[in-house]
Amino acid sequence: MNIILVLLICMALAGLWAVMTSLLLRAAIALALTSAILTIIMFRLGAPLAGVFELSVCAGLISVVFISVISLTHRLPLQEYLKRRQSRISRFIFLPFILLAAVIIIFFIHKPILVTLPAMGTITEVRSVMWDVRRLDLFGQIMVLLAGVYGVLILFKGRQ
Amino acid sequence: MSYLFILVPFLLLLILNLFPQRKMEAIAFWTCMLVFSGQALFAFFCVFSRWNIYWPEALLGFNLYFDRLALFLLFTVGLVGAVAMLVGHFTIKYEHERFNFKNLMLVSLIGINGIAMVRDLFTLYLFIEVTAIATFILIALQRDRFAIEGVLKYLILSVVATTLMLSSIALFLLFAGGLSFPALRAAVNASGGNFLILSAIALFLCGLFIKGGLFPFHGWLPDAYTAAPASVSVFLAGIVTKASGIFALTRFLTSVTGFSPPIKSILLLVGALSVVTGALAAIGQKDIKRMLAYSSISQMGYIILGLGAGTKLGIFAALFHFLNHALFKGQLFVNAAAVEEQVGSRDMQKMGGLAQNMPITGTTALLASLSAAGIPPLAGFWSKLFIIMALWLTGNYTYAIIAVLASVITLGYFLALQRQVFFGKIREELCNIREANIYVVLPAVILSFLTVFIGLCFPLVMRLIIR
Repeated sequence: MNIILVLLICMALAGLWAVMTSLLLRAAIALALTSAILTIIMFRLGAPLAGVFELSVCAGLISVVFISVISLTHRLPLQEYLKRRQSRISRFIFLPFILLAAVIIIFFIHKPILVTLPAMGTITEVRSVMWDVRRLDLFGQIMVLLAGVYGVLILFKGRQ
Repeated sequence: MSYLFILVPFLLLLILNLFPQRKMEAIAFWTCMLVFSGQALFAFFCVFSRWNIYWPEALLGFNLYFDRLALFLLFTVGLVGAVAMLVGHFTIKYEHERFNFKNLMLVSLIGINGIAMVRDLFTLYLFIEVTAIATFILIALQRDRFAIEGVLKYLILSVVATTLMLSSIALFLLFAGGLSFPALRAAVNASGGNFLILSAIALFLCGLFIKGGLFPFHGWLPDAYTAAPASVSVFLAGIVTKASGIFALTRFLTSVTGFSPPIKSILLLVGALSVVTGALAAIGQKDIKRMLAYSSISQMGYIILGLGAGTKLGIFAALFHFLNHALFKGQLFVNAAAVEEQVGSRDMQKMGGLAQNMPITGTTALLASLSAAGIPPLAGFWSKLFIIMALWLTGNYTYAIIAVLASVITLGYFLALQRQVFFGKIREELCNIREANIYVVLPAVILSFLTVFIGLCFPLVMRLIIR
């Protein structure tokens, strides 16, 4: 089987784990795992710089932010946790059927998409695009991160 | 020049946070007021000047473009932001919360100014996100249970919108090889109805509909508007939702896709359903802010109907209603803030006859309600008239009739609001109520004045805008 396909399935499973788990910390770890697998896929597809960004920002920085926020929360009492976990599992009862239906639909309607992909850029070109052409995007991303961190600080600081 | 609209708020944000909060309280308030009102005044004089104001600039590598549409949003955000700052100064009790409010308002300003001036789909998306994140925190600023619930609904639907928009951007990038508006326009024109390009357009439209709180993606809006602090509600209803949803949609349609018949059909359908759903849901609401929130869905539906006409008149009418809605809905939320602050409740059933003790709030609320219902000669009348004319002239008679009938419903629920809150004899327990603080009364008077002025001097305003 194609290694990319295996990685994609692993990534989907890690994503599902992130959504289904009832513990925030496990969800954050599962999300980091999803990003790490995506990084491997990007490296295999010949986009190392995108892979590095994915690993450093999504698997690294975002996980740190998530874990910092989770460290500011309190654990539920055990009885409450078990009760909520039970109700969470019942929410996903139809998920296997939906996934199966999606696989069947994709299998039958799958057609090759004819698009002309742009030529693969070199790392220098990517850097030039990031810094020269998309500098405003970098500024925007800094603002997104700044606002996010500021939000965490003011919403959780001094919270009982 | 255009990069200053991004850099000035950013530098102010940095400077304000370099010094201790207590020493900076008054300075922070007045400098933020100066930035917001200065931006509104600058944009106002640019719109009404004879300058050639198409200024593409690439200083600092920031590819921003300055045109009349951008100036229109810059003016509106400056005006509504200044009003929200004044209201926040009065209604937010704790010093640290006021300071955080100012910081987040500056981040929102950067986001909305970016939305106004960019010409690239990914950059547009990024600035929508900057605005959204600042708004999430603003709504939850006071950290009560309802605020957290409201912001969670907004956050979850925003994540869906983000996923849709990013998927759309990926598809566009695949086909066009770039994301600048001219490149995308060329790719859309050359696509010949390609399924994936159509999917990309549909995904981006759905994302913007969620951001704009339009039917059937409006579930988050009433809770977010109601749960937010009073000043944040003014900003949210006055400009944020419209900038992230409606303005971005207008830019996307005019610069990328154009108004093809399927797009017009979708816009008309979504617009009409939003107009009717919002108006019907507003009837019978007991919470004054919740009623205004549902009314906002309805009024944004009118803007989409104007865009759905797909003509120059329709686009003009939609943008004009955009401005009018920012004025009268911003003002109604200011009035709601005044009432909530003085009465201590938002439940309209506990009110009555407040106009006796709060004459300025009562009068300005009446003017804004009449403008929202499209009563002549107020500003809302003209924009609704032009939307209906645009629909009628393009043969969309059913939608034009729906727009007229929904306007009657709007008049009905706003008169019910006036009767329950302001008209009649004042309740005994409310006899000691006094007019709200100047920080709330002044913005209401300014916005009322603008609503009346634009309505009475409409031919002059229209001639200047169209020029």
